[in-house]
Amino acid sequence: MPMKIAKLTFALLTILFLVAPLIAILPLAFTSSVILTYPIPSWSLRWFEELFFADAWRRAIINSLIIGTGTTLLATVLGTAASLGLRNRLFFFRGSMRTLFLLPMVVPAVVLGVGMQVLLARFGLINSYAGVIIAHTVVAIPFVVVSVTGALAGIDERVELAAQSLGAAPVTVFRRVTLPLAMPGVLSGAVLAFATSLDEVVLTLFVAGPNQRTLARQMFSSIRENISPAIAAAAFLFIAATILIGLVVVLSRSMLERRTRPAAS
Amino acid sequence: MAEFIKFDRITKFYGPLCVVENLDLSIAKGEFVSLLGPSGSGKTTLLMMLAGFEQATSGKILLDGAAINDVPTHKRDMGVVFQSYALFPHMTVGENIAFPLQMRGIDKAETAARVKQALDMVQLSTLADRRPSQLSGGQQQRVALARALVFEPRVVLMDEPLGALDKQLREQMQLDIRELHRRLGLTIVFVTHDQSEALTMSDRVAVFNKGKIEQIGTPRQVYDEPATRFVAEFIGETNLVEGVVEAIEGREATVRLPNGAQIVSAVSDGVAAGQGVYLSIRPERIDLAEARGAARNVLETEVTDSVYQGDHLRVQLQNEAYPLIAKLGRRSREFAPGTKVFAAFSAGDCRVIAP
Ligand SMILES: Nc1ncnc2c1ncn2[C@@H]1O[C@H](COP(=O)(O)OP(=O)(O)OP(=O)(O)O)[C@@H](O)[C@H]1O
Ligand SMILES: [Mg+2]
Repeated sequence: MPMKIAKLTFALLTILFLVAPLIAILPLAFTSSVILTYPIPSWSLRWFEELFFADAWRRAIINSLIIGTGTTLLATVLGTAASLGLRNRLFFFRGSMRTLFLLPMVVPAVVLGVGMQVLLARFGLINSYAGVIIAHTVVAIPFVVVSVTGALAGIDERVELAAQSLGAAPVTVFRRVTLPLAMPGVLSGAVLAFATSLDEVVLTLFVAGPNQRTLARQMFSSIRENISPAIAAAAFLFIAATILIGLVVVLSRSMLERRTRPAAS
Repeated sequence: MAEFIKFDRITKFYGPLCVVENLDLSIAKGEFVSLLGPSGSGKTTLLMMLAGFEQATSGKILLDGAAINDVPTHKRDMGVVFQSYALFPHMTVGENIAFPLQMRGIDKAETAARVKQALDMVQLSTLADRRPSQLSGGQQQRVALARALVFEPRVVLMDEPLGALDKQLREQMQLDIRELHRRLGLTIVFVTHDQSEALTMSDRVAVFNKGKIEQIGTPRQVYDEPATRFVAEFIGETNLVEGVVEAIEGREATVRLPNGAQIVSAVSDGVAAGQGVYLSIRPERIDLAEARGAARNVLETEVTDSVYQGDHLRVQLQNEAYPLIAKLGRRSREFAPGTKVFAAFSAGDCRVIAP
């Protein structure tokens, strides 16, 4: 029993450690003051108004949605294709290839950013939506690969063989069996890709022009210019959106998983 | 015998490992053939080559006279049942069974009718809307069976489909599958390492050992006339006694055992006088008596142990040269250890096996 209590306490402390910064900033989203400090003189929604009606902020939100959606689509398609390729038994350097795919996760963003800037400039994609989406996709793909690879690993290969023997051509096997079974993983990968794009600042600094300022980038610069509580309001928006997406995913995942749970035999 | 499936000098290597070696096997239309052998003897590999999941390293596989080595799996028209059933977890039972029909472009109405018929056949009509995860092992097995049969494939392949079931259900399913085989005239290739299953179900049994077929024949042939020591020991229990052939007359050989006793035994071709051989004597063919009877072969032995096993009495015997085991019917009297007994059996109840 004491052990249980100790475990619970530690869990709660860890959670506190993780959310403490949020607890510190979130109330400031509702301040009426013009600076981002405590104490809060009185409650107000003026910073949310600012967020939705001030041009810079509104554009940033729209940009984040455009770039996030583009990144999600591209990264999910490419990441899923890569995971399928990595699954091939005949693929010789499977292990090292997988590591390569995960590289963007560990390479410092600054390094990637510089490389990306040089590369995109060369193709004339600097300061364009396409450029930012490509840059974000590079860092989002590893999340998709990890998530989809995990889902694919859980598929019993014999189920696919069975489909073949029942008359399904390889493409049909993929469409009717492999993809539906990997769907929970693809879905989580897509959400992680979206979150990555939403959150990404460093690469955006390098490759985005003033017209592609994302919400994260806008927060970053407004911190330097004027420490306005609009940042706290933006953070609040972020968190609310994340929780919403998270909920949707958890729900649809558990629904999918209930449907695709392998039969016990 | 018409050859429907023919393996023509099939060899399969996995890297340096030879898993199937120069194997010939012919199967007739409508026949039920079991591939029986110990773990790792290449049974699954052979089945996978027939299904098209694996490529033979060399040799040809013919179906109805045409080589199918290069035909991809989905065009081979073979129903496969895996040990793990391999049902589609994201589809209902009905959708699972409809799948092969959809692949063949059969229209909705007929698909529905045939799915229903298949479900009736395996007695699962009430479970059409369940998912595989909501079924017991035996029910899943039936769904897998229905799915493999519903499109009337040319051949049905089964890889230890009953391995995961408990004994009672397994025996029930054995009879069910055999009944379906008879009723539908199916050609079935059935992999198992359970010898009683192979004997119960098959028209013919192919006994595998290390990638080769040691013997193929009817259940009666492989049991009563084992061609090799491996077959004699793998199928059922047997007493193996070393001896030397003294003479051969037609289908009978006289064998001298190490203690000088002479035994007359059935023999097949390929054994010559003067040769050292094994004598295989099935334990249940041995009778025990305290007086020397009129039987053709009688060995003097002493009881060392006797164990009551419900349906039979298992008696361990020993003489100066070799041990023997006898299984006696349950009506037999008990034999106390130390009793001197005569073990008697006819010439047809033992068999000479070349080493
Ligand atoms: N994909 C593979 N790669 C390498 N070796 C393999 C592969 N599949 C099977 N083998 C080897 O081939 C041999 C025969 O395997 P197979 O699965 O055919 O045996 P089996 O007779 O079906 O045995 P069991 O009764 O255990 O299922 C084994 O030694 C196995 O290790
Ligand atoms: Mg096997």
